[in-house]
This record gives sequence, structure tokens and C-alpha cells, in this order.
Amino acid sequence: MATRWFGAPVQRTEDPRLLRGRGSYVDDFDLPEMLHAAFLRSAYAHARIVHINTSAARELPGVHLVLTAGDLGELLEPSPLLVPHHALTQPRTQLPLARDVVNYVGEAVAMVVAENRYIAEDALDLIDVEYEPLPVVSSLEVAAMDNAPLVHVDVPGNVAAHLVQTVGDPDTVFTNAPHVIREHFVIDRGAAMPMECRGVVARWEPQEGSLTCWISTQGPIPIRNGLAAIFKLPEHKVRVIAPDVGGGFGTKIMMFYPEEILTPFAAIRLNRPVKWIEDRREHFISANQERSQSHDVEYAFDDQGILLAVRDTFLHDTGAYTPYGIIVPIITACTLPGPYRLKNYYSEFTVLYTNKVPVSPYRGAGRPHAVFIMERIMDGIARELHLDRAEVRSRNFIQPDEFPWDVGLVYQDGGPTKYDSGNYQAGLDKLKTLLDYDNFPAMQAEARKQGRCLGIGIGCYVEGTGIGPYEGAQVRVESDGRVFASTGITTQGQAHFTTFAQIVADQLGVDPKDVLVITGDTQAFNWGMGTYASRAATVAGSAMYLAAKKVREKAKQVAADLFEASPEDIELADGKVFVRDAPHRALTLGQVAISANPLRYAYGENARKLMSMKLAGPRPGPALPPERGGPGLEASEFYSPPHASFASGVHGAIIEVDPKTGMVSFLKYAAVHDCGKVINPVVVEGQVHGGVAQGIGGAFFERLVYNEEGQIINASFMDYLLPTAAEVPPIIVDHVETPSPLNPLGVKGAGEAGVIPVPALFASAIDDALSAFGVRVREMPLHPNRLFELLQEQQGG
Amino acid sequence: MKPPRFQYAAPRILDEAIALLDQHGEEAKVLAGGQSLVPLLNMRLAGPSYLVDINHISELHYIEPEDGYLAIGATVRQRQVEHSALVKDRLPLLIEVVQHIGHMQIRNRGTVVGSIAHADPAAELPALLTCLNGEVLAQSVKGERVIKAEEFFTGYLSTALEPGEMLTEVRFPWIPPRAGWAFLEFARRSGDYALVGAAAILTPDQDDRCMTAHIAYLGVAGSPIRARAVESVVIGTALDDVTRDRAAEISRSIVAEDMSDVHATTEYRRALTAELTRRVLKAAWDRRQS
Amino acid sequence: MQEQEEAPAFLEESDIAVIVNGHSYERRVPVRQLLSDFLRHELHLTGTHVGCEHGVCGCCTVLLNGEAIRSCLMFAVQADGMAITTIEGMAGNNSDLHPIQQAFMEKHGLQCGFCTPGIIMTVHSMLRDNPNPTEEEIRHELSGNICRCTGYQNIVEAVKLAAERMRAFQSESEMD
Repeated sequence: MATRWFGAPVQRTEDPRLLRGRGSYVDDFDLPEMLHAAFLRSAYAHARIVHINTSAARELPGVHLVLTAGDLGELLEPSPLLVPHHALTQPRTQLPLARDVVNYVGEAVAMVVAENRYIAEDALDLIDVEYEPLPVVSSLEVAAMDNAPLVHVDVPGNVAAHLVQTVGDPDTVFTNAPHVIREHFVIDRGAAMPMECRGVVARWEPQEGSLTCWISTQGPIPIRNGLAAIFKLPEHKVRVIAPDVGGGFGTKIMMFYPEEILTPFAAIRLNRPVKWIEDRREHFISANQERSQSHDVEYAFDDQGILLAVRDTFLHDTGAYTPYGIIVPIITACTLPGPYRLKNYYSEFTVLYTNKVPVSPYRGAGRPHAVFIMERIMDGIARELHLDRAEVRSRNFIQPDEFPWDVGLVYQDGGPTKYDSGNYQAGLDKLKTLLDYDNFPAMQAEARKQGRCLGIGIGCYVEGTGIGPYEGAQVRVESDGRVFASTGITTQGQAHFTTFAQIVADQLGVDPKDVLVITGDTQAFNWGMGTYASRAATVAGSAMYLAAKKVREKAKQVAADLFEASPEDIELADGKVFVRDAPHRALTLGQVAISANPLRYAYGENARKLMSMKLAGPRPGPALPPERGGPGLEASEFYSPPHASFASGVHGAIIEVDPKTGMVSFLKYAAVHDCGKVINPVVVEGQVHGGVAQGIGGAFFERLVYNEEGQIINASFMDYLLPTAAEVPPIIVDHVETPSPLNPLGVKGAGEAGVIPVPALFASAIDDALSAFGVRVREMPLHPNRLFELLQEQQGG
Repeated sequence: MKPPRFQYAAPRILDEAIALLDQHGEEAKVLAGGQSLVPLLNMRLAGPSYLVDINHISELHYIEPEDGYLAIGATVRQRQVEHSALVKDRLPLLIEVVQHIGHMQIRNRGTVVGSIAHADPAAELPALLTCLNGEVLAQSVKGERVIKAEEFFTGYLSTALEPGEMLTEVRFPWIPPRAGWAFLEFARRSGDYALVGAAAILTPDQDDRCMTAHIAYLGVAGSPIRARAVESVVIGTALDDVTRDRAAEISRSIVAEDMSDVHATTEYRRALTAELTRRVLKAAWDRRQS
Repeated sequence: MQEQEEAPAFLEESDIAVIVNGHSYERRVPVRQLLSDFLRHELHLTGTHVGCEHGVCGCCTVLLNGEAIRSCLMFAVQADGMAITTIEGMAGNNSDLHPIQQAFMEKHGLQCGFCTPGIIMTVHSMLRDNPNPTEEEIRHELSGNICRCTGYQNIVEAVKLAAERMRAFQSESEMD
């Protein structure tokens, strides 16, 4: 079937509303009688709570409720552990409000509900907490020390998890390898920082016994299920809606944040709607963070630059709790082999607790770390053997005819890390053309004569996307011919309203503008997980396709009966359903929907028109035969991928470094991206642009700095530097397309790709620019100050 | 982050404002542009009980050329200076400096005098005022007094203002017509507070050698620093490479011992200061009229 | 008897009159209420967003007497007697999108939409002062607005397109 909308750069249907300022983000909801919550958060990274005095806060006029752990009754339970794993032997999750001890600066200690947020914050100032400070585990180094202080008294050595995976026989290979290099790499903490902070509005209807929550979240269905269990309500009496969400990037996939439990709790207690809107300072100290790892790497290679084996032993900082299991380090371990033929690989990681904000995935989710390591390895091989860096990669690439390629590891979804398709050399070739890679040495030499240090860097990656377990979709044609489609995933700017409309429009022969897509409302679709791990378009999109296809088949069947034709001869186009080669024998899609519902009474203009047409009467037998599959033109379908599909790409950049100041600027940036078939190229490019900007932030500008007391010393936008339009260069994007054989659309995920290779290529470019100084970058992010220090070290202090 | 409670007054006459400040001393703060004060209030890092909003005091709204200096009143916005034809004509260095302050939205509200009164050592205007050897006018119920820049800035966010005193005017001395001038800073991002910065004004003599030099730095200590040690290196010279290198070396010692923060270590600031010195001296000297 | 000027009182609440998007509003406000909160929750103009409340992200940008400012750094009481334009005032009376909004849609200049109103107000102010900006000027003027979704590329393209169309419209109307 020829597709008209799939692959087209369709303009987004959601834009006019957002452009007019008519978005509905969670703080835009003002419900009658609504009250406002604020949380008192620990000022200590590790302390015993000796005493909390809330009396002054309770007496402040305008305060309706003050809660501490002792007021929570049955609610005082550690939040659920998402994604358990056999290697996570010492999981720990948070209580909704800390009771005896606080384990990070920002941990919620008390909740106030008041007439407005101003008064609520006044009340926080009146709560008196007596803390007894405890020793602080302020970094991975401290956590890993012998006799380190303990974050949790019953977790020896601060070890939450330990996992070893081995592929092949690395030991033997290392023993016999011509070259072995050993290096230590460090990646430091950063955070997603969506422009909209977190937020919850909860409304309890006592007569109906129903709870409605609007939450700035990426996963309303699991939250609905959890809230139903926690408050002992039937699931159909709990509705969770993710309205317009101002960016997620993983930070909002976490559940439960304590506030997501306590805000509904307060609403039920007070019989009034309660709103909690996180402010930016809270976000810095209580919204999950990521990125911190420390790697000891050994790699073996031969004289041709073929990588023979890798040993990677790393520490992963999970913060004070493990609410999201050990997904991130697992992904790091599985992503490291990348696009290369690595048959002998030893991966060992230890997850350590620290007295810092808990860690859960942030765009990339462990992949930027792995790619940084592997691309440093490739550059290390090139440097040692005086080979071109791109050439070394080419020599190691998995070839297009070697798919499916089994890496030999268990991926985050519990399935095999098995690359379904790819063409890495094609991507690298495109990138080299975009950057004029082969002529760069001449450009570099010219610049050097003028005293300028230019460098070129590349970073290749393979990214697991589109994991299960499943998603679903429902598609329904209404009697006026418009189409309603819903799914359980959510949207934070990825244009699902448009891309899914494109998929449905192709099947039903309508314009995407006539397809209304609803995401993120548990009442609109009951089953699913959420948007994360670059899976929404792949998994929910595939379900959308299957549901729309089923509706298409139904429409053909119904029309075939009415026209006394064969379903194979029925076509759908331009909102009509007609007999091929006899276009006068046509109905509108809406009319077919009406006909598909054998009601005794039919309403409306369309129905009256139908009655007057010369169409076949109903056949004998049941009005709704079982093979019809239900009344109307409606279908629900689910898609469950056999395992992840693997997108890939390669980015590169030309930079200039000022060796006197360590300042770096981008001269050119190019990204070549393979996400299989592309639903909407403009949307995919937008995702790449945004990811690259976050990658640049993570490579050069952003770093969460904790002091020895576990305080974040740069907890504001003045000191945690997000790149602006003046810092992000223009980004040239090109595509390679290796469809995935795993899903009906042939797509692979695209949401995280942009951010993944940036630290790697940045390091590569800096090494190249400063090759005269012998700099080798082994840490990310890398600030000018630090680069300056590296230069000083090379020049002998 | 919502501000704590305070009481608010918006007098329309300077005498009223001063009287209100006198009434409440250290419990009161002046609200002008608010671009430095309101973030502190929102974060509850400051909690004055009284805010005196001076934005309605029309007598404080002037950019006046005086004998020897440009006088700017306390309610003049940074953006007004940026677009002022008078300033462009008579003191373009001021415009160049103002353009480095934050972003357009900040400059639309932020005031010149407010930035001076806030006394952030990484801010541009205090350094410029120090470089020019300028003055401020402070008024209270006791009367008025003129304070020289170097005496005014006493430390990190600290000034010589007494409780009950407010700044009503800042005075930027004119630059000699033949002098070359320049302002440069190193910052992580466009519009950020600088890591270090410098303003330099170099006046040539008839032999085209440096006759007088004014050089001041921001971001190197708790207050802006007028670098007389660097000035004495360049006076009498033709600002050749050797001189600039020597000046650069000397400038490293201007950076105070305890200037490490999340953005830069003291050592790095020293290196930046040296490079900055080299560049700002060249830029200023190239602009002279010999 | 000498008439005494009434000394201004210190207040915790104040009556203000503001014009927002051409409509007059009179309200009594707590003096500490931020202008951003006043617009959003008192006037229910929720198109202006709040991202940081310390004056860096630019999501709260509105026009105050025509000048782009950060509404999170101003108290509502300070806006007494002034005219404010928010994103809701950008589309025409017949509800066509403003050329800037139209260009953003055509160039995919927004994803989650949270920073978008602030950016559009900034762009409106920018193009009024500089109708023919270079790419470098655009990026510099936009550096006071943070976007976490788009990487800025399509925003810059949208601004260029809007500028081009607004210049064409301007010269057309000048020709009439």
C-alpha cells in the first residue's frame, strides 16, 4: 500500500494552540477551592532527624495541613522499586517523607498545604527540624573507600548492586595481544533540566470515590496503577492525566516521586484539590540526576588496529536510593561494544550509594558513558599505531551483511542485545563528506600557522531503542468521518499528535488534520508503560499502525457488504471508501462508520443520507456477526517487540581551542543518524538538534558540583550552565536508513540519539586540536578551567 | 520560590524615599530595577522588611553631561544608556560595557546605579567606574556625600553606604579625546557574569608613548581592582609585545588568594587575567588617536 | 493651616490598574506577588510560563510598555499604570497567527512549547528594534531565553523567516 503521509514533513497539529499560549501544563490548572503545597527539604546530606516541631507552621493563618512522616499512617512505606534485577541485591527506595534519617540534601521531610504557595513557603520557614549530622558519602571515591561511611547502615560497603558479564574469552586474548592499553575515565553528574519543573494537581471526588491527578509525568498509567493500589481504589476510579508537559528527558519517568503520592493524599484528606508545583531550586535538589560513573578500562588490539578485547570495570553512582533499579549501568555495559566487532569483552560494574540526589535515566541513560569509553578506545588505538581515527573505526565496523549481530549480552529489557540492522560505514562516509574530513589536515595546518588550534572529532554509536514490554493503541472513526486515536504513551514535545496521525491517516485515507490523537490520559487508553528509552514511535507507533490497519480492514468489509463487492476491490482515500474503478460507488468514511453500527435508530445528516442510498440490505443472521469484530469502525491493538531495535549514527565536529584560556568554540557540527524508516523527518531532525544541544551542555557546560558536605554548590541556572542559542552551533543533519525488521513500520527510536556521541566527539576533537601538546581527554564534562589544567600538566606545570 | 513578606512603599519624591529609609535603617532596601534584588528575595536569601520602590521618583531620571563627568540618575535603565545618543557621542566605552551586562531583558529593567550599589565584583559597571576613577552621590536625611569609587566598593556585595543612605547618582568621568579605550571579559556563556574582565584607558603623549593609564579588573577579588602595578609597567612605553607580556605577568598577582569558585580556580583566573591584560591593552592602545 | 503631603504608607496590599493585551484590569494584590503569578493566576493568562524564578531562563518574558522584561523579577504592584503584552496578545483580532507565530509553526521552532511564549515575546521585541538581523545577532539576542528541546536551530530559522516576511509586509504597506 503506497503511503502518502509516512515520511512526509507534516506540520504539527499541536502548534497553533501552543503558539497562542493555550497550552495546558499542570500549573495552568486552577480548580475551584484548590490549595497549594510546598515541601520542606533536608538541608543536610546525611543526618538523623531528632525532632520536628511544626506547631508554629500549623498556626500560621492560611495553612490547612502540615504533615510529617508520623502523620502518614499506612502510606509510610518505601516507594516501589521499578525494574528489579537479580544483581540489585541491596535496593533501597525512599519513604514519602523522611522519618528517622535523611540521605540527601533535598529529601522531603515535611509537607505544608496552604491557601497559596507564598503562605506555604512562609510556613516552611516556621518548621523547626533538629538534625544530628552524620558522616557524608559525598562522592564515588568516598563511597568506595575501605571503611567508608555508610549511606544506609545495613548496606555494607555502600554496594547496591554488582554485575559481571563476559563475552568470549577476554583473559586469553589479553595475554596474547600485541598491544594493551589501560586508562581511567570519569564522567560527572548532570541533569536533564526540562524547562518545566515537576508538578501535580490532585482532585478527590468523595461522592464518586474517584481520584483525578494531572501530573507532569512521562508515565501516567503505571502511576494510576500505583495510586489505585496505595489508596485502595479500583483502577477505574483513578484517572491520571499527563497534560502538556514542558520537557521530560527521563526526569519525569520516575515513579513514585514522593510528591506524586503525597499530593493526592492531601487532596483526599482535605477534600479539596491540592496543587504542588516544583520550583527550580527544588528541582536541583529533588528531581533525579544522572551521569556519574568512573571506569577502569583495558583494551587489547593488534598491529592493524583491530580491537581484540575490552575489560571495563566501573563504578556507578546511584545517589541515595535506587528507585529505578540499575537500568543505567546495564545500558552502559551493553552499549559499550558499539558498532564494532567486539567478541571478547569483560564488563563488571558496582553500583554504589552516595548521599546525593537519586539517579534515574536522563536522555541517553548510560549510553553517552559507554560511547565515550569506546570512542576513546578507538582514538587510543589510532594514536598508538599512528593510524587515521576514521580508518581504525572502519576496520572494526560490523558489516551490513553481518546482521543480525548478537553482542552476547542481556539488554535492559531482559532480551538479547542483538542488532537488527545497520550500516555503520555508510554513516561514517556521509559524515566525512559533510565535514570534508579528508581535507581537514590541510585546514588544520593552515590554521596552526596563524597560531590557531583547530581539531576534528568523531563519535560513533549504536543505541538500543524500542524496547517492550508493549504498548497499545485504539483507533475509532466517528460518524462525521473524523478519527479518534489514543494510546498510553505520553508526549513532551515529540510530536506524537502529528506522527501518529500520519500513521493512521495513511491507513484510513484521511488527512492527518482529521485525526485527533490523545496521549497520556488513563481514561482514554488503559494499558501501557510510558515514553522513555526512545520507544514511543516504535512501540506505540506500531500499535497505532496495527489498530488503524484493522479499522481499515473493517471499513473494507463493511463497504464490501454494502456495495456487494469484494473487500479486495475497496479503496480508502480522501475521506471516502469506494469501489476501485467505480468511484461513484462511494461512501464517506463517516457513513461507513455509521453503517458499521447496526443500531435500530441512526442519527444525524449522514445517517439520513445513508438511508436514502441504494445499498444492499442487511444479510440474514446476527446484525453484528462475530467475525466483524465489534460495532463501528474501531479497533484496539497491541505491539510487543521481540527485543530492542538498534538505531545508530555518527556525529562529528570541527572545533577551535584557545590554549591560553581553554575556551572552545564550534566551527562546524554534523550528525548522521539512522533510525530506520522515518515517520516525519522534520520531527526526527528536531529531536537530533535538541539532543545535540544537551550533549554539548553535558560535554562542556553542565556539571553538578557537590562539596564534601554533599551540598550542590551550583544549584541555580546562574551557576549550572545550560547552553543558549549563542553556544549551540548550527547542526547539519543527514540520514542513513536501515529499516528494522522487528516492527511493521520498520522504525527505530530517535529520541535520545542526539545526546549520545557528543562527549566522545568533543574529547576526540580536543585531543586533535591540542595534539601538539599531547593532551588526552579522559573526563567529561570538560570545562575550560579543567582543559587549562590538562594543558598545564602536559607542559610540565 | 516566592519572596517572604515585606512592606512596600513607592514614594514619588526623593525626600520621602530618604525619610522612609531613615525610619527603618537596615530593615529597608531600595528597589530600583530589581534584577539583582528580586532573585535574592525569591530565593529567600534576602528578607528586608521594607522595600522602598524608587522607580516613580522622576527627579532621579536623568543622563546629564556635567563639567568633568557624565551624571546618571538612579532610575535610569541600562538599556536607556545603551541607546543614548549622548552617551554614544561622549562616552562610548560606557555603552560597550553595558552591552556586556546580562541580556536585553535584564537591561530593560536593571539600572546603572543599581548595578553599582549591588557591588558584585564580577559585574561590569563597578569595574568601569573604578577604572575611570569615578564617584557616586549618596543621600540621606543627614545630607549628601560624594564617595570615590575605590572607597565605595568595600568587598563582596558590600559598599560604604550607611543604613538610611541611598545612591542617587553615579558620575563617570570623561575620557581624554586622544585616549584609546577597551573593555574585554572572559565568560562561559553570552551574558554570564564574567570569570574575569578588564577596562583599560591609555592616553598617548606627543611621542606616541603611553602617558597615562587607567586599568581596572573585575572578577579578580572581592571588589573591582584598579591595577596601578600594571599601569606603571605600561606608562612611558609604546605598548610593544614585551611590555604587554610584562604587564600580563604582573597582572596575575592582582587576583586575590581565595578567588576559587565553581567556575574557575584562582590559578585559572590568574592565567585568564594575564591573557586578558595582553588583549585589552592591545585593543585599547590600537584605538588611541596619536 | 499648612496642607501636608500625605507620606506614602508602607503597604502589604495595593490596588493596581494595568492594561494587558489592550484590556483594563483593576485588582488588589499582595505587594509581594510576582508579576508572573499575577498574570497567570489572577488574570488567568497562563500562556506566560515560569521556569526558574531567578531571571535566567526567559520563559516568563512579557512586554512591559513595549519592552521585553522578565515577569518573575517584578512585583505586580510595580506594573500599576502600565501596559503589558503577553503571548495571548500576539495573535490578531481575527485570531490569525502573528507572522512570528506562523513562522515558528512552519519551521518546527517548538517542541514541548514551554519556552515558546517567552521566546516569541523576545523575538517580537528584537525584530522591532532590528528588522534585519544576522544569524549571529539572532543567536545573541536569543541567549536570554533557554530552550531545552530544539537545540535552537529551527528557532533561528523561524526568526529569519518571520523577519523576512515582516520586512516584506512593511515595504508593501509603505508602498501603499
